[in-house]
Amino acid sequence: MLEKKHEMIRKLAREFAEAELAPRAAEVDETGVYSDEALALIRKSKFHAVTIPRKYGGCGGDYRSAAIVMEEFSRKCANSATPLMPNSLSGAPLMYFGNEQQKQKYLRGMAEGTMTGAFGITEPGAGSDTAAIATTADKDGDYYILNGRKCFITNGPICDFITVFAKTDVNARGVSGISAFIVESGWEGFSRGKIEDKLGIRGSKTCDIIMENVRVPKENLLGREGDGFKICMATLDSGRITIASQGLGIAQGALDEAIKYTKERIQFGKPISKLQNTQFEIAEMSTKVECGRLLVYQAAWMKDMGQNITTKAAMAKYYCGDLCNDIAYRSLQLHGGYGFMKDYPIERMYRDARIVSIYEGTSEIQKVVIAGNILGK
Amino acid sequence: MKILVCAKQVPNTNEVKIDPVKGTLIREGVESILNPDDANALEAALTIKDHIEGTTVTVISMGPPQAKEMLNECLAMGADNAVLLSDRAFGGADTWATSNTIAAALRKIGDYDIIFAGRQAIDGDTAQVGPQIAERLDIPQITYVQDIKIDGRKVVVQRQLEDGYEVIEAQLPVMLTCIKELNNPRYMTVEGIYDAYASEIPVWGLADLPLDETKVGLKASPTKVFRSFTPAPKGKGVVWKGSPKELTGKLWEELKEKHII
Repeated sequence: MLEKKHEMIRKLAREFAEAELAPRAAEVDETGVYSDEALALIRKSKFHAVTIPRKYGGCGGDYRSAAIVMEEFSRKCANSATPLMPNSLSGAPLMYFGNEQQKQKYLRGMAEGTMTGAFGITEPGAGSDTAAIATTADKDGDYYILNGRKCFITNGPICDFITVFAKTDVNARGVSGISAFIVESGWEGFSRGKIEDKLGIRGSKTCDIIMENVRVPKENLLGREGDGFKICMATLDSGRITIASQGLGIAQGALDEAIKYTKERIQFGKPISKLQNTQFEIAEMSTKVECGRLLVYQAAWMKDMGQNITTKAAMAKYYCGDLCNDIAYRSLQLHGGYGFMKDYPIERMYRDARIVSIYEGTSEIQKVVIAGNILGK
Repeated sequence: MKILVCAKQVPNTNEVKIDPVKGTLIREGVESILNPDDANALEAALTIKDHIEGTTVTVISMGPPQAKEMLNECLAMGADNAVLLSDRAFGGADTWATSNTIAAALRKIGDYDIIFAGRQAIDGDTAQVGPQIAERLDIPQITYVQDIKIDGRKVVVQRQLEDGYEVIEAQLPVMLTCIKELNNPRYMTVEGIYDAYASEIPVWGLADLPLDETKVGLKASPTKVFRSFTPAPKGKGVVWKGSPKELTGKLWEELKEKHII
């Protein structure tokens, strides 16, 4: 499933994460500010543009590579997943459905590090229920007028553009009236809400996006009117692999900490790693992490081979989203009281893990997808 | 500029395993890395390439087939070409035989302006190969380079000394051996890794070089390793304090007691 070049990418990503991300992770979490230096280095090695085609300034790489980078980064600093967004969430709508002009402008912008993108589907009234979005896009000559509010948007406070899903046909049944637009943050009527105060991934900035009569030129429609839901689902499908990989990375990082701590901590005259409970815990945790790893890389491999990955990717995302929470909980428990203190990295990992089973499709939605494909409608 | 970089793949450990019969390194089963000083050498070459248009950087290494991985790493950092010198006949070489083999390859490539090498490898620790290659190629050499400036057809270099540094100027072509203080080696790029693995690294064996088989490898090595071992710890030393008169008296007694005098 993995080739020699993937091993080299892992080596690079691992060394990079240890040298550049791990030392800054605590500060990023505390201040809520991601390091500009780290971001510049990430872009220099093109970690953020693995899957973007060469034609648009990317590496032209595969999803196994993107998953490896995400896993190694998340193992040291979950916040470092956000700079990698062009590989999936912010890049996929353009890579799969953008026309040449849109790709040359926005995809290349992200690849070259001059633009930051975002993905705008979620609304106060529409989380898992995507079809319930209320943002409208009314055709007006060569423009669409967008009105609405998106919430919980990663990169919202800093994005140069955002892929917005809006209803071009409010009377259409279900999801068929939804279209996708590339909306630039500099346009009149575009405003950002306050930066959210989150439990975890505090180094990743999130806010509402408000659009009041934003005039979007028709050139910025992605695909055709009515393609919105298809674009959204295709993007989330590929995003599932990278987010599952984030969960995997966080789980591995939490496991690393547990192994390290239990070997050092002496109680009852010996390291607690000598106690059978600890040993069984570590055995169980390690096995589960391996399961998560196999799901992630199998899904990534299948996608690279051009196979349909909807079910497998949903399995990987659901499993790893729950996995990182489970492993972080158990690791913190093994740390005892010290695990509750910010002096140790596990408490940050525990908080960072919490979002993975929720965003980019909750574990529950993933189960709906899996069951739907196995049981049929 | 045409720049050549000599690099070596070395085991990543202080606990090197020694073959009890040959006295040479057992490399199998040990994680291998690009020798740290050689990474500085490559970075120096790449920095020149960043600044002087038309510069090419070629990395040469003598080693077993697995050394290709290290060369891929060099390509992924930004080197243009790589060549592996590999042949059963080259195995077990000491510095004399190694420098003979590498110099033959560098002569074959020819037309170089600067040859970079690391100061020394972390497995052999001799720091001999770079200077020996320069001698064989009859070019000036500057070792322990901690700073480089290019000025037309000459280099102006800071050479590290124990208590400072000296500034040396040399005409091109020149051999420069690099230390860690020279620079911070850059990371590979993901794109570089993809490109490296998309191409094949040429391998030159004995037949590809104008070399006598009696002048390469273990048999051609004047240095015979008698034994390699980790010395037994001697125990902590003792620190005495006192006046010079007291200390001398004490030292005299101690030396007499140990029958040293």
